Amino acid sequence: MLTDPGYYDYWPYDKRPKITWPNGAKVAFWVAPNIEFYELDAPANPSRKAWPQPYPAIAGYGIRDYGNRVGHMRQMQLLDKYGIRGSISLSTALCDHHPEIISLCKERDWEFFSHGIYNTRYTYGMSVDQEREMIRDSIETIYKHTGQKCAGYLAPALSHSDHTIDLFAEVGTELFGDEAGFYTCDLFHDDQPTPIHTRSGKKFVSIPYSLEMNDTIAYVTNKVTPRQYGKMLKANFDRLYQEGEESGTIMCIPTHNYQVSCPHRLKAYEEALEYITGHSDVWVATGREIASYYMQHCYDDSVADIAAKQGGK
Amino acid sequence: MSLDDSYLQYPKRQYGMDHDLYDWSMLSDRNPIVWPNNKKLALWVNVNVQFFPLNQRTNPVPVPGGMKMPYPDLRHFSLRDYGNRVGIFRLFKALDKFNIQPTIAINGAMVERAPYLMDVIKDRGNEVIAHGWQMDMLHHGEVSAEDEARWIANSVQILSERFEQPIKGWLSPGRLQSANTPKLLQQQGIEYMCDWVNDDLPYSFKTDSGLITSMPLSNELDDFFILQNNLHSEDSYAEQIEDACDLLLSEAETQGGRMLALNIHPWMLGQPHRIACFEKVLEYISSQEGVWSASASEIYQSWQSQQ
Repeated sequence: MLTDPGYYDYWPYDKRPKITWPNGAKVAFWVAPNIEFYELDAPANPSRKAWPQPYPAIAGYGIRDYGNRVGHMRQMQLLDKYGIRGSISLSTALCDHHPEIISLCKERDWEFFSHGIYNTRYTYGMSVDQEREMIRDSIETIYKHTGQKCAGYLAPALSHSDHTIDLFAEVGTELFGDEAGFYTCDLFHDDQPTPIHTRSGKKFVSIPYSLEMNDTIAYVTNKVTPRQYGKMLKANFDRLYQEGEESGTIMCIPTHNYQVSCPHRLKAYEEALEYITGHSDVWVATGREIASYYMQHCYDDSVADIAAKQGGK
Repeated sequence: MSLDDSYLQYPKRQYGMDHDLYDWSMLSDRNPIVWPNNKKLALWVNVNVQFFPLNQRTNPVPVPGGMKMPYPDLRHFSLRDYGNRVGIFRLFKALDKFNIQPTIAINGAMVERAPYLMDVIKDRGNEVIAHGWQMDMLHHGEVSAEDEARWIANSVQILSERFEQPIKGWLSPGRLQSANTPKLLQQQGIEYMCDWVNDDLPYSFKTDSGLITSMPLSNELDDFFILQNNLHSEDSYAEQIEDACDLLLSEAETQGGRMLALNIHPWMLGQPHRIACFEKVLEYISSQEGVWSASASEIYQSWQSQQ
């Protein structure tokens, strides 16, 4: 086991090269709905139980199924209303289980990125070959069902190995060259994109996918109230918008249709979306669009600045 | 290091669900439901009358709301009992004030423990649904089918005899089910069960011995879940129910009838410092246009007649 994964160097928020988003926007804003499939009878993993109760764990399974049966349509209509295209963190087996949802998102030109096969199949304990195979399956599944060359990754249920990011970058290259496998949502160390070291040397970035703004973290782990969640989203935006005067920032809202789309939570979420998109200097984008833009316009300056700051001030 | 090859095999990766319990269906793809008198929102208030025994056994999962301290946990035992002695009378008064009829889920063991309360419930004429024998008899995945069948039969029988009404609905203690539960319920003549939370409207559920209906009783809006699990304030409880009411009513304008299902516990909302927030919720809901206060069976029958 490592003391530090070594994906990035220390890079202070102070005096970084300026990021200028398209049309001079202050904030690049993206919404990442997790569209997930959890198995009722998931196989055992040595490091993590899928469910807290003996089979069948109908409470946890049921509310996640609610997300697909009821919640998806609610959130999608809301994103339509505010002109937001989702960037989907996808349990790729859902392409087989619920193709109706995939079609609805495809029609809207939403982005699909890989969140593994099922959210009940953890990376823990996999051999390198097994993890590579799982990642390859997920990227190929997205291509087969949507025609998209998967650019991003969020490990299933945030379960990682020491190889996850390298494998994703490499499988992306093997399948589609530089068009796939170039950003990760698995790291929470920054409010701006960060160049990531890969063993293959591939140009690769981390795109901020906020754990703090994640509805499941807010509602289930931190147990905040719906209206407080709405306030948190607005406060997060306000500060990033303010700081975006100096250099472009990113705000991400990671969501789950079984959380944010519940009847008692949708209003708070809608108010936040209305507030954010009501500002003029917001670039409403997808994860892939932000990563691509950054790699084209900002990546080299960032790498140079990181190198210059390694010795201190 | 590696996992067994089966960990990367997905035998149920196919269209629809990964089981045969019910069909995959998006709510928005179904025909709109029309409630009686063209009401928009069916309000189902489900009051739990429960017995939590002091000598709680070791179960594979904790008993939701059960004993937590070393024996004898008088704290939780008596606080749960408070609900059946004091809290429930406050709840009935509040419901009656706003002319809202509850459905009452009763543990079979309560019939002999509180005859006076049973008489009160019988006189009220509310629908009674079975809620298992008591809260320490969880229908979890490791219970034998024989035990479970007996618990169900005993619960249904004692309630139907005591209240002289057919028992059509079921809510499992702690909302747990085993793989056998739906089939055993169906065999005992139960028409609808309220344990699954995967929808906002009833839907048909398959068992080896025939169909049963699943009536979703929201856990996210359950008083115990909001106040005790999430530790939200009473004010927030009221806001959350009101926001849910608004959303469902507005959805019903274009997508057909919706259902607001409130599961409540006399030992939670029946406390003196909480009852006013419950009254506020009832006042808010009952002042909205298009709300239909109904028993679970009335909602079930209206839905069933449109299938």
